[in-house]
Amino acid sequence: MASRAGALKPPVGAALVAALLGAMTLGTVAVVLGHAGAARPGAADWAAVRFTVTQAALSAAFSGLLAVPVARALARRQFPGREALITLMGAPFLLPVIVAVLGLLAVFGRAGVVNDGLVALGLPRLSIYGLHGVVLAHVFLNLPLATRMLLLGWQAIPAERFRLAQSLDLTPGAQFRHLEGPMLRATLPGVMLTVFAICLTSFTVALTLGGGPAATTVELAIYQALRFDFAPERAATLAVLQFALCLTALALGWSLIRDTGFGTGMGRRVEMPAPGGWRRGMDVLAIAVAAGFLMLPLGALMIRGLAGLGELPAGLIPATLRSVAVALATTALTTGAALVLALAAARQAAGHRMFDAAATLPLAASSLVIGTGLFLALRGVAPPSAMALPVTVAVNATLALPYTYRLLLPEARALHQGHDRLAQALGLTRGARFRLVTLPCLARPLGFGAGITAALSMGDLGVITLFAAENNATLPLFIHGLMGSYRMAAAAAAALILMAVSFALFSIFDRIGRHVAA
Amino acid sequence: MKTSILALGFATVATMAAAQDKPVLTVLTYDSFTAEWGPGPAIEQAFEAGCACDLQFVAAGDGAALLARIQMEGAASDADIVLGLDTNLTTAAAATGLFAPHGQGWTNTLPVTFDDPVFLPYDWGWFAFVHDKTKLATPPKSFEELAASEVKIIIQDPRSSTPGLGLLMWVKAAYGDRAGAIWEGLADNIVTVTPGWSEAYGLFLEGEADMVLSYTTSPAYHLIAEEDATKAAAPFTEGHYLQVEVAGKLAATDQPELADAFLAFMGTEAFQAVIPTTNWMYPAVTPAAGLPAGFETLITPVTSLLLPPDEAAALRDGALAEWQAALAR
Repeated sequence: MASRAGALKPPVGAALVAALLGAMTLGTVAVVLGHAGAARPGAADWAAVRFTVTQAALSAAFSGLLAVPVARALARRQFPGREALITLMGAPFLLPVIVAVLGLLAVFGRAGVVNDGLVALGLPRLSIYGLHGVVLAHVFLNLPLATRMLLLGWQAIPAERFRLAQSLDLTPGAQFRHLEGPMLRATLPGVMLTVFAICLTSFTVALTLGGGPAATTVELAIYQALRFDFAPERAATLAVLQFALCLTALALGWSLIRDTGFGTGMGRRVEMPAPGGWRRGMDVLAIAVAAGFLMLPLGALMIRGLAGLGELPAGLIPATLRSVAVALATTALTTGAALVLALAAARQAAGHRMFDAAATLPLAASSLVIGTGLFLALRGVAPPSAMALPVTVAVNATLALPYTYRLLLPEARALHQGHDRLAQALGLTRGARFRLVTLPCLARPLGFGAGITAALSMGDLGVITLFAAENNATLPLFIHGLMGSYRMAAAAAAALILMAVSFALFSIFDRIGRHVAA
Repeated sequence: MKTSILALGFATVATMAAAQDKPVLTVLTYDSFTAEWGPGPAIEQAFEAGCACDLQFVAAGDGAALLARIQMEGAASDADIVLGLDTNLTTAAAATGLFAPHGQGWTNTLPVTFDDPVFLPYDWGWFAFVHDKTKLATPPKSFEELAASEVKIIIQDPRSSTPGLGLLMWVKAAYGDRAGAIWEGLADNIVTVTPGWSEAYGLFLEGEADMVLSYTTSPAYHLIAEEDATKAAAPFTEGHYLQVEVAGKLAATDQPELADAFLAFMGTEAFQAVIPTTNWMYPAVTPAAGLPAGFETLITPVTSLLLPPDEAAALRDGALAEWQAALAR
C-alpha cells in the first residue's frame, strides 16, 4: 500500500530541480531582458543562426554515426587495454577548448603531423580552417561522449536476448535488426541531440577554426553584444533564439525516440557474440582509427606540457585546489539532481516532458548570459568577488546536469519497466528500493556521469571571469592568464596538470560506478 | 588545546579589525594585470608602502569585460578606479557618466598627443605583425605588400578582441575609403580569425601562420624572458596604430583622495618602471634610467597612427561591415 502511494506521489523533488534549472536558464535570460528589453535580430544574426545550426547538425550527425561502429566494436571485442581505452575516451571532452584545439592543430594544423606527412609524399597541404575544421574539432570533442553513451546502450541490452539470438542462429545482420537497431533507435537520437545542443553554443572552436567571419556563431554575437556594445537586449534576444533552437531539436528527438521493449533480464552481463572474418577486421579498424584520432592530439599535448613543467608559477597549487573543490561540490549537486529528474522522467510522472526540457535547456545556455543574469540579479546581495566560487558551482552544476541526465535516462527507463512491478509486489520501502535496486542498476551511468561532471567542472571557464577577484582564480582561469601573458609553455604545462587532475577525478568516479555495477 | 583555538580566534578577529581600520582602495582591472607575473603585485607593494591603505585589485576578465562590468554595476560599484580600458572603449566608457575627471597634472611621453580629461594613460604599444626571423627572412613592409604576398597571417576578431578592433582601426586610419579593398586583398592571407589575442599568439607559436597581429614589444618578451632572439615585428610604411591603455576614477568612489593619490602614483617611476617587463608594453612615462636592456632591439615606427576616440567610435560599425563583407567571401 505504501509503495503504491509512493508511485503515485507527485514528483516534488523533480519539480523543484526542474524549477531551479529553469531559473538558471530561462530565468537569467528574463533578468537580462528585464534589464534592457528585447531587440529584433538583424540579418547578420540570422546568418549566424544558419552557420550555427549547420555546424551543430553536421557535428551531431558525424559524432553520432561514427560512434556506432566504435561503440559496437568496443561492446563485443575483448582486448588488452580495452578498459583503459574506454576510460581515456573521456579525455578530449574534458579539456579546456583552446587546449584541445592546440592539440588538434599539432596533428591536423598547417605545421601538424598530417601535413608534414602529405608534404613528404609530395602532396599539397590540407587546410583545417573552415566548416570542415569546425566539424572535425567538434567530432574530436564529442565522439568519445557519443561512443560512451552508445556503449551504455549496448551494455543495457539484456544478456538473455543475445543468448536467445545465438540459440536461434540469427545472422549478425538479423541480430542487428532485432536487438541493436531498436537499442540505437532508443539511444542515438538522445546522443545526437546532446551533441547538437553542445555545438549550438560553440565559440572558441567555431571562431578559431572557422577561418573568418563567415564562421560566426550565435554565441559570438552574444559575446559581442555583452562585452563590446553592452547591448543586453541583443544578448538576451539571441539567448532566447539559442534556446528555441535547442527546444526544436528536443521536440524532434521526442518524436524519434522509441523504447526498446526488451523487457528485463537478470542483469548479468555476458560477452556479446563476436563474429570473425571481415567483421572482426572492421571492428579492429574502427577501434584503431578512433583511438588514433583521439589519442594523437592528446599525446601532442602531453609532449608540449611536459616541456613547461619547470616554469610553473606558485599560484598553480591554490588554483588547482580551488578547482578541485568546485568540481567536487558541483558533482555532488549535479549527480543528485540528475538522478531525481531521470527517475521521475523514467516513471513518466506528471510533467515528465517538462523535466526532460528542463534537463536539456542548459546545453544550449550561453554561460555568458547566465553569468550576466546572475550578476544583475545578485548585485545587491553580496560583492561579486565573494560570490565567485558559489556561483561557479551553481552554474557548472546547471551546465553539467544534462550529460548525467541523458546518461541515466535510458537505463532509468529500462529499470522502471523491468523492476517497478516487482518492487511494488515485494512492498520494498523507498529507501530499500533505492539501495537494493536503483543504485546498483544505475551505478554505471551514475559513475560515468559524476566523472564527466567533475571533469567538466574542472575545465570550465564559464562565468567565473565575471565574478573573479584577486584571490579566487580557478585553474582554467589561471591557464587563460598565462596564455594572455605570452607564457605559452607554462600554460601548456598547467593545461597538462588540469588534464591529469580532471582525468583522475573522471576515472575515479567512472571506476567506482563500473565497480559497483560489476 | 581549547585556549589555543580561542587565542587563534581572537588573533583572527584582531587582524580583521586591523585590516578594517585601513581604508581600502579597490581597482578593477583585467586578469593578467593582477597575475603573480603581472605588474599588480609590485605596484600594490609600492603604493601601500606610502599610503597607509589597502590596495585591492579586482580582476574581471579582459579590457572589454571591465566596461561591461562597470555598466552592470553602475554607481553601486565597489570599485574606485577602473584600470585597463583601451582608447577604443573610452568613448563608450565616458558616455556612461560613471567616470569623474582625473585632475592630474603629470605629462606622459606617448608618441602622439594624448590629453584626455577623464582617462589617464598608464602604458601603450604599437600594433604590429610579429614573425620568426628564421622562418620569414623578408617580411612584407606594408599592408599592400602583405596582400600581394603568400605570407599567412592570423588576426583577432574585432567583435571580440581589442587587438582585433585595433587592426580594424589601423587599416581604416591608414587607408580610409580604400580599407575595404585592402581587406579584400588580405582575405587570402588570413589563415583564421581568433576570438582573442592568446588564441592567435598560441597558434602562431605552434607554426600555424607566418605572422600574427600583436605588438612591436612582443619580441622583447621572447628576448628578455626566454633569451630567444628569433622573433621580430615588421615595420609597415603606413605607420603603426597605437593601443593606449588608460585608467579612470569612478565618480561614485568612496575614497576620492586615495583614488587621486593612486592616479598621481601612476605617473611615477615606481609604477612605470614595472610596466615594460611585466605587461610587455611601453610605460606611459619613460623612466629616467631608460627602458630595460633588450627594448633597444625593437623596431621604432616613424609614423604613429591613432584616431581620436570619438572618431574611432563613429567609424567602427562601418569599418566592421567592410571587414565582414570582404572576409566573408
